[in-house]
Amino acid sequence: MEQRRSPRSGLSRPGNSHRPDMGRRRFLGYLVAAPTLAAAAQLGQSLTSPREAGAAIPSPPEPSEVYDLNDLLTLAATPTSNLIAVVLNKDGTASFDMPRAESGQGITTMAAMLIAEELELPLDKIDVTLADARPELVFNQFTAGSNTTISMYNPIRVAAAIARQQLLRAAAIQLDETVTRLTPHLGFIEAPGGRKLSYGDLAELAASQETKEVETELKPRSQFKIIGTPRNRIDALDAVTGRKKFAMDLDVPDALPTMICRPPTIKGTVGSVANVDAVREMPGVTDVATIATGVAVRAKTFGQCIDAANALEVSWNPGTVDGESDETVLDRIKKAEIPLAVPKLGPLTGVVEGEFTFHFRNNAALEPNTAVADVRPDSAEIWAPLQSPILCQQQVAEQLGLPVSAVTVHVEQAGGAFGRRMFNDVVLEATEASRKMGKPVKLMWHRTDECRQGRMHPMCTSRIRASYAGGNVLTFEQRHTSVATDYTQGFGEIITALAGKVPPLGQGNELGFSVPVFELTVNVPYNFGVVTQLLNETYTYDTFPTSSVRNLVNPDVRTAQELIVDQLAAKMGKDPYEFRRAFVDDERVRAVLDKAAEVGEWGRAMEPNTAQAITVHKEYKGATATLVEIDCRPETVNRKIRNAVTGPRVTRVVMAVDTGLPINPRGLEAQMQGGIMDGIAQTLTSSLHLKDGTLLEGSWDDYFYTRHWNAPFETKVVVMPPTTGEPGGAGEFGVPSSMAAVACAYARATGTVPTSFPINHATLSFTPKPTVPPLPPSPTNGLKFAY
Amino acid sequence: MPQHTFIVNGKQVTVDIEDDVRLLWVLRDVLGINGPKYGCGINVCKACTCHINGKAFNPCSVRVGDVEPTDEITTIEGLPGTVDADLHPMQEAWLERDVAQCGYCQPGQIMAAVAKVRQARAAGHEVGDADIDEIRNICRCGTYARIREAIKSGAQRM
Ligand code: FES
Ligand code: FES
Repeated sequence: MEQRRSPRSGLSRPGNSHRPDMGRRRFLGYLVAAPTLAAAAQLGQSLTSPREAGAAIPSPPEPSEVYDLNDLLTLAATPTSNLIAVVLNKDGTASFDMPRAESGQGITTMAAMLIAEELELPLDKIDVTLADARPELVFNQFTAGSNTTISMYNPIRVAAAIARQQLLRAAAIQLDETVTRLTPHLGFIEAPGGRKLSYGDLAELAASQETKEVETELKPRSQFKIIGTPRNRIDALDAVTGRKKFAMDLDVPDALPTMICRPPTIKGTVGSVANVDAVREMPGVTDVATIATGVAVRAKTFGQCIDAANALEVSWNPGTVDGESDETVLDRIKKAEIPLAVPKLGPLTGVVEGEFTFHFRNNAALEPNTAVADVRPDSAEIWAPLQSPILCQQQVAEQLGLPVSAVTVHVEQAGGAFGRRMFNDVVLEATEASRKMGKPVKLMWHRTDECRQGRMHPMCTSRIRASYAGGNVLTFEQRHTSVATDYTQGFGEIITALAGKVPPLGQGNELGFSVPVFELTVNVPYNFGVVTQLLNETYTYDTFPTSSVRNLVNPDVRTAQELIVDQLAAKMGKDPYEFRRAFVDDERVRAVLDKAAEVGEWGRAMEPNTAQAITVHKEYKGATATLVEIDCRPETVNRKIRNAVTGPRVTRVVMAVDTGLPINPRGLEAQMQGGIMDGIAQTLTSSLHLKDGTLLEGSWDDYFYTRHWNAPFETKVVVMPPTTGEPGGAGEFGVPSSMAAVACAYARATGTVPTSFPINHATLSFTPKPTVPPLPPSPTNGLKFAY
Repeated sequence: MPQHTFIVNGKQVTVDIEDDVRLLWVLRDVLGINGPKYGCGINVCKACTCHINGKAFNPCSVRVGDVEPTDEITTIEGLPGTVDADLHPMQEAWLERDVAQCGYCQPGQIMAAVAKVRQARAAGHEVGDADIDEIRNICRCGTYARIREAIKSGAQRM
């Protein structure tokens, strides 16, 4: 798509004359035959720049530095020749149908900003919708790994730039002017003497009769007026007025509420149902049908579905892990651990070691899994928030024995995703229920289903041994051992397609997909001599329902590392910040570290049982540093709140983030703030307890995600000015350094290095809800709590 | 089937439904008022927070049969109407801080915030960190930092 012209080709436009020696990069895109102006570009363009090595004892580049996950996802996008298009409408607005999932991370706003920048159109005139499944995009409609901005940055701008160029040409003809004398400005093409034409007037005149390739240039960064400036979300008004529609708010004719009575243990199956007829007679209930994962009930309201699901008398077959509990899983992980093997050490060499356990964590968003399905004899239509809609369409077609073209999949706005919506579980349930009932359904998971049968971050351990001598760290070994992660949806296709191209694969394919992803995402961002990081998995990928939770391995991997880094610093007599400063292997990391230390007032006096900590992280073509202050005083730890865990409180967080080129600093700040709350939850409170094949947590009153009373009083995110000039990822980026910093701060405040996460996991601080009947009945005393 | 009459967002409504159906489902599935969101159904996530006669409550945990004909229910859709404006000052504060991420929890957060500010005032003080710590609405996207700021600035305009 990109071509580079020789520097003096004479093609630079007047606006570029201040850089006579630099050829402007030219990009290829398309004009598409359409009734109004439509300009398009291929997906699959990314630029990477090699990273600099640091001081101290340089570590050889690790795979993630040579070739990170985002390069892989971007490469996966390259083979497709399909287009994304910006369309200009007769009312002067522009439309863009985005082949990605918006789930709160702000990518629709990002897309609108890129279009506004190149098209010179106000933001509020740009309508970004989510595209239906487009199977021809193959790998290019997959939202994961914080890759959206990285892979869409150039294509969206190219399409918008072509549209602008075409508008200028059309206006030149209309106004009998030369293009160079015209200026696009806020939705108008202006000519000298105050004459102007609106984009709406030009939409048809600028339309192309044929689809053809065209060249364009992009605005130089020095002329950006929108990219890099803080902007509010384009859907903010809808969100605060309750008008924003999620799948469960859709009004699809006859798609009545549907829920599922689920087994008491993970992945149990239905044996028989004793009272189908009686349940079908219950108020509001229209249908009852056994499906692969349980017994589906359809009713006039979801409330009546809950009652019906609870009234079903089902005999259940065992699931996949009925004999398993936290202890048995951990035991098996420990048996699978690959031994640490340090080279021979001299007499003056010191060693720091640690072993850390990270328990299961639920990945549900606040909007539960929801899908609307309307299955007909020869077609099906689906509405759901989806991170991998193409795969979803293929799976539904396969389930129904229909051609892919008979299945329409609409992607809805998601109420959070975090990796959950890469998996199409709920769609397949809705499809099966609709087919068996012969009616449309709006299938929603109960919160308790989410906790007990939803997907979780795999339990894992991380062992580290580091050696040091003479002021240097000589070796740093990490062995990460995990319950197998399910990559069969979404990721699976991409990795299998490209695994052979990824250098170096280490253990090859025998460990499935996880090793490549591990190798592509982890690193040790310090010059620690000989660094090795290995992943080993136990169980098969489908034993436990697993997936990522706002990143997969790095929150845990980096937390383990940073706890060891603090110990190394202590052993070597260095301040934790100064130590990191001396050893970080990347100038951008050092810069964010310095910024966080400065703004966070590193080293300020802290009361007993309170402490600061500071950590870094690099991934997604960017760098973060997080300074955390924690309060572990008894009066804080033991404060009482009804039906809640309190414990240590993170009182203040300062994070500095460099994403190369922040497109929307306000949106980036929001993503980092969210990542911080996940980091706090994962270190202090959030986990699942497995007992005899059942997860004990059943709602938000026992699955302890960060709440207002756990949130810091002060959260400050410093967005660094552009560094590389290319955008990096954001959605998951805030978690690793936050989680690590909370853990390090806890260690410094209490004098005890935590080794099991979250730190409150050992105490079961709630009474588990029953598993039969499966759903907690809704209380009736709500008015008592009115305030 | 029993009939239930009450007031929603200033308008009287009547629905035919069993007494024990929780008000949340009457609002959403029968009346098509989708601002109040489902997140747990057991009064813990607070995504469904609405007002009853000006006080915050959770309709997922109230039987429609327990709602009186004179009860005034306000959902996020009706909040601006309580101040005769296009937007309530708390919604404006939310926009100014660009609080929402996915937005799913935000109608409930805003309804809770408005009630919390009033509750603090009734107790003789302005809303502060200790009051905000009492708000039970969960945000899985982690927007707590901006919510904290928005509540304080929204309170100043209320
Ligand atoms: S749905 Fe009402 S409190 Fe959660
Ligand atoms: S904004 Fe997504 S749950 Fe709060």
